[in-house]
Amino acid sequence: MIAHGDPATIPQATRTDMRFDTSPAPHVIAGYTVPRVMFQVLFALVPAGIAHVALFGPGLLLQLSVACVTALLAEAAALRWRDRDAAPALKDGSVLVTAFLLAFSIPPLLPWWLGALGTALAVLLGKHVFGGLGQNPFNPAMVGYAILLVSFPAEMTRWPVPMDVESTRTWSELARMSIAGFYGADLTARWDGYTGATALDSIRNGLDLRYTLPELLGRDDIAGTLGARGFAWINLAALAGGLYLMLRRIVRWHIPVAVLGGLLVPSFIAHGLDSGIALGPALQAFSGATMLAAFFIATDPVSAATSDRGRLWYGAGIGLIAWIIRTWGGYPDGFAFAVLLMNLAVPFIDRYTVPRIYGRQP
Amino acid sequence: MAARSTFHAGLALDAHKQQACGTPIVELPPPTQVVLALDQGTGYSAEPVVTVGEAVAVGTLVARTDHPSASAVHAPLAGIVVAIETREAAVQGGRSVCIVIDGDGSDRIDDSVRPVADPAALSPEELVQRLRDAGIAGLGGAGFPTATKLASARNLGAHTLVLNGAECEPWICCDDALMRSAADDIVLGALILRRAAGTVRCVIAIEDDKPAAIAAVTRAIERLRDDALTLAVVPAVYPQGAERQLITAVAGVEVPSGGLPADAGVVCQNVATAAAVARWATRGEPMLSRLVTVTGSGVAHPCNVRAPIGTPLAALIAASGGYRGKPLRLIAGGSMTGRALPSDEVGLTKAMNCVLVATRDDIGSRLGAVELPCIRCGDCADACPVGLLPQQLLRAALADAHDTLRQLGVRDCIDCGLCDYVCPSQIPLAHRFRDARRRLHEAEAMARKAADARERHDLRKRRLQAAATAEQQTFESVRDRARRPGDDSTGDTN
Amino acid sequence: MNPGAIVVAVLVAAALAVTLGVALGWAAAHIEPDADSLVERIDALLPQTQCGQCRYPGCRPYAAAIANGAAEIDRCPPGGEVTVRALAALLDRAPRPLDPEFGAPAPAQVAWIDEAKCIGCARCLPACPVDAIVGASRQIHTVITLQCTGCELCLPPCPVDCIELRPAPAVSQRYSQPRAA
Repeated sequence: MIAHGDPATIPQATRTDMRFDTSPAPHVIAGYTVPRVMFQVLFALVPAGIAHVALFGPGLLLQLSVACVTALLAEAAALRWRDRDAAPALKDGSVLVTAFLLAFSIPPLLPWWLGALGTALAVLLGKHVFGGLGQNPFNPAMVGYAILLVSFPAEMTRWPVPMDVESTRTWSELARMSIAGFYGADLTARWDGYTGATALDSIRNGLDLRYTLPELLGRDDIAGTLGARGFAWINLAALAGGLYLMLRRIVRWHIPVAVLGGLLVPSFIAHGLDSGIALGPALQAFSGATMLAAFFIATDPVSAATSDRGRLWYGAGIGLIAWIIRTWGGYPDGFAFAVLLMNLAVPFIDRYTVPRIYGRQP
Repeated sequence: MAARSTFHAGLALDAHKQQACGTPIVELPPPTQVVLALDQGTGYSAEPVVTVGEAVAVGTLVARTDHPSASAVHAPLAGIVVAIETREAAVQGGRSVCIVIDGDGSDRIDDSVRPVADPAALSPEELVQRLRDAGIAGLGGAGFPTATKLASARNLGAHTLVLNGAECEPWICCDDALMRSAADDIVLGALILRRAAGTVRCVIAIEDDKPAAIAAVTRAIERLRDDALTLAVVPAVYPQGAERQLITAVAGVEVPSGGLPADAGVVCQNVATAAAVARWATRGEPMLSRLVTVTGSGVAHPCNVRAPIGTPLAALIAASGGYRGKPLRLIAGGSMTGRALPSDEVGLTKAMNCVLVATRDDIGSRLGAVELPCIRCGDCADACPVGLLPQQLLRAALADAHDTLRQLGVRDCIDCGLCDYVCPSQIPLAHRFRDARRRLHEAEAMARKAADARERHDLRKRRLQAAATAEQQTFESVRDRARRPGDDSTGDTN
Repeated sequence: MNPGAIVVAVLVAAALAVTLGVALGWAAAHIEPDADSLVERIDALLPQTQCGQCRYPGCRPYAAAIANGAAEIDRCPPGGEVTVRALAALLDRAPRPLDPEFGAPAPAQVAWIDEAKCIGCARCLPACPVDAIVGASRQIHTVITLQCTGCELCLPPCPVDCIELRPAPAVSQRYSQPRAA
């Protein structure tokens, strides 16, 4: 054993002058902040964005820019009205996530003012009327999307025919059409045949006209080997981004797995019972907004259930309601309404899924 | 024997232990002055039995107590009591009455310090009492008197003694150093503690990131050949060393909410406490010194120091080469649960296992934190080793909703700080909950006092009424008797 | 439109109105609100100092006065804003500031008797609403600090002014706080 440092040699100055700050424990934090979480989410959307632009033209980029600008302006205005400091809220990136999710959900041909209207409503009605970040019971992006969908059904269901259906079209044509649509030109005149319903929409209309599913899938403009034309690639890319988020532990597995389970299990059973009209699990998984909803929309923590068990119920509910709307409802894709309905059920779910506290009886 | 982590959460944190742990233990010479806080970290104080000007020797009792949560304090060096006054101390509230002793440089030893001839000859009850007199307190960080725990273990019939060598908190490594250098002392202390607690078996639990300590303790146990003394290797996950979590990992039982470990048949002691018990048994020495980790980027040579209780922290830091860089916080304990102290003049307490001199390198993440609104991400609930819902607790705490706080288990919180650590909104959750617990406690105390006052007031009113009625009756009977001889004509209408 | 249907509708509505009116009238007359339990609940929120600053002889009389509408909820300085808010929540009224006419809230205090000055006159004993003063004639008195509510009612009777109010000892600093080691 050694001994060094005779206390007599301690300079008196250090004894009397040193005062230390007495902040409470813990003295370290992981430092994984809300802005970092939000920007990771935006980053994870990049693959889906690339697929989107490649298949449907640059419309997404136009929608994204108008959504982001509107979202930031609406956020700043709302905070100003509420007498809050706008700077930290604008920097935390949460409003950009809302803008991105909305821009990914709406058709890329939408006139810019509808995109702006939807984003503004999402931020103001979806978020700030409830008290801002963390207080909103509903997913803001889905609030904006649902309002647009019920108010402008024609515009909201008109998508470009994807590149992988009509190989004779060029991407520059799509680009010119996207810009025309963005400025609100009448697309039916010059661009008829370039636009159309989505695959899920076509299947719904076909089934209403008493075609059978195999007949519809036989038409090569609806579905490819994996899922819907065009959307299959976006879904795959969104799946990749979602898996990245799970890997970075930003999104935990409970909600995505439950959403997919809630959607795919009933569709598997229904498809097995009647393959003539019921969509199979593969088609369900890679059509419409499935992966975007499962990994990016339903996982919005603010409006989701709290506990792991609660999140399983919440996700399964979203998947199931989406399946019900896709099968029997009036809209081709039902994720927006499924998410909003389950948002409503969150307090109920939370109440019955409180985890057991250590040392207490269950 | 390997035990698994049985709490569902927790985190593997950066340990920061290598530096201090790689250096040999430093024996600090007796300092010129010691500042003995009468509250040694539990929130309850002993009462001084010496006066200013009195001469004391090594081991002289200077403060005694009958309170089960306070421990007796002994002079760690020979000298003169120069002050008994309230000073800054490493305790709740930041201040405690302290006895200040100036050393006279001699090593006079008090007559009461005599080796225990044969600990096995003492009855368990006597053993507990002797440990209480020796001021033996938990060295793991809480400073709770060992004798009180042992007594409750005896009363409740505990069957297992767990010796806590998990030492899960970042930076702290004094238990590790002790296990490597004095495993035989720990094992000897374990046997005495096991006898005093009346338990059948004793398990020494060590985290799996301390292979040298595991090897040393394994050898010490093998030399002893006692089947009822075993080693359990637990995963290195924070907060594995928290009493309840460790008990669950080692013994497979949960301590009931609001109950004592002994209610689950287990009693938990720190390995360093066992070594102190061995010191008491072999040398008769009451608790006079402890091993403490002095570390952080703010000291020149992080190391473990054996120092007398009451040593000013400045002397400990000097023994570690003095300050380096720009120290911002002086933390008694680790980076997760340690208490930040206002100055280095406070004395070492029995509860202080670490002095962390933190610079911006160590605590920069916290210094730069900006609180944002809760986004309900649930990371806190995922990390919580107790299964609480910190985000809902936070709402109840801000609203001061006492019933909700109780129901959500604010008192089941073990104050490990993990919710705070992981919160992406950087909300000081642990601090808010500590505050909420204090307010809840105060509100309950006020309510009890009000109920007591109401009852006393009611009783008084009833007594006064009874007295008034009795007086009235006496008056009437006297008046009736006075009126009885005739003169009824005015008519007694009363 | 069929006139008969209108008549039927009017009759049905009238019959409903009469029935409900009678039922409500009977309820108002026969089902009295449980005044006692309301007084209890109000009393439970009051700080029980029994100081009489509200000009009622104790907390329960004040609670009764609040219950029957004779007094506002802003008369309790020892309870402070906290009590006003709790009362407002219980009675579903808007919280209001304390009426300064009844005194200002102050930190909790307890009475303390200077034993050097006390002459043992025992006049403070009956003044104490909670029997927290121990003493007898020509014996030095003392206050049981734990039970003193700091109501100041013992001050006026003292002929030698040997009673003073001191800050109440803090409710135990200690609260259950297990720690990770």
